[in-house]
Amino acid sequence: MKKRYLSIVLFLALVSVAVLSSFKSIQPAAVSNGYTIGDVATDFKLKNVDGKMVSLSEYKDAKGFIVIFTCNTCPYAVASEDRINALDKEYKSKGFPVIAINPNNPEVQPDDTFAKMQEKAKEKQFTFPYLYDESQSIFAKYGATKTPHVYLLQKEKGKHIVKYIGAIDDNVRDASAVKVPFLANAVDELLAGKEVSVKETKAIGCSVKQ
Amino acid sequence: MVMVCIACGNNTKEDTTVTASEVIEDKTAVVSPGEGPIPTVDYDGLEPYLTKDNDSTYVVNFWATWCKPCIKEMPYFERIQAEYAKEKVQVVFVSLDFPDKLNTQVIPFIEKNNIQSKVILLDDSDANSWIPKVSQEWSGAIPATVIYKGKERKFYERSFSYEELKKEVTSIL
Repeated sequence: MKKRYLSIVLFLALVSVAVLSSFKSIQPAAVSNGYTIGDVATDFKLKNVDGKMVSLSEYKDAKGFIVIFTCNTCPYAVASEDRINALDKEYKSKGFPVIAINPNNPEVQPDDTFAKMQEKAKEKQFTFPYLYDESQSIFAKYGATKTPHVYLLQKEKGKHIVKYIGAIDDNVRDASAVKVPFLANAVDELLAGKEVSVKETKAIGCSVKQ
Repeated sequence: MVMVCIACGNNTKEDTTVTASEVIEDKTAVVSPGEGPIPTVDYDGLEPYLTKDNDSTYVVNFWATWCKPCIKEMPYFERIQAEYAKEKVQVVFVSLDFPDKLNTQVIPFIEKNNIQSKVILLDDSDANSWIPKVSQEWSGAIPATVIYKGKERKFYERSFSYEELKKEVTSIL
């Protein structure tokens, strides 16, 4: 009788361990998956290279935002700098400004310090805010895994809805060889009141340094 | 489980020297003459490395010389290649360096670090087309690794310690 009791207890213990461990494995995955198309993106308050704090809510007249997780060091990010400037110049006046965010931990990637961000912004004459995700919490909420990683947001009833996730275009190495400018096409479609036709694309990038 | 892993580790160390020649033979078979030490391929050229259907286990790692976590884990892949050669494990390093860096960065890096595993350079700019063919799960960040044997295939968008990599490779052997 005792034996049977013991085996039931053991069985229950095993079941609860199994259940608990399955929860453990599900939770981090759900967090790291980040946003998908149609999700409401969070606002933030992050320090810009000019020392001021920047939030999406300050942009009263914006129709949306081109949020780009990027950094100083990644060759793919560096190859995209001029294109990001050009996108901001083209779309800021149309209501979709670029907001760049550096998600990297400078302790892991020493060239991604705030001071080096300031140097980069000055040297490349960035026309857009270049923000420092110091707590590394915003990139995680968005689900950015790499630099560059683009999230196109559109304002709908005061909320920021994710409309496009992925690459700037189909040729990160060579701007002159681009055949499909995915991001520009998506913004143009939103501006024309259309649904974005290519909602997600993939590109090689440097993993976010945590 | 741990016992099994320790056992394989011990066995393979002794046999490393014996199997080195097999690995080299296989390398020469894949590289056609005139391709140089590091062949440059587009995705069609890479695909055969991702779809071999035989009794070998292939560990295909996507890396670049500028990618710090990639460089850090390369010795673990080299060790796996050496220790598990007898179990027909073959490591392939796929460099995503820009092709104009092949002679100035990739080849010097390979020579300086005496990399023994196979290295190829993927020159295919339309990543949106080929990334999902490698794995639907891949966002495009590197390091990334495919481990497969025949039809069994696993994909990892992450870095490995030696122990973690050994665990994954031995689970598919």
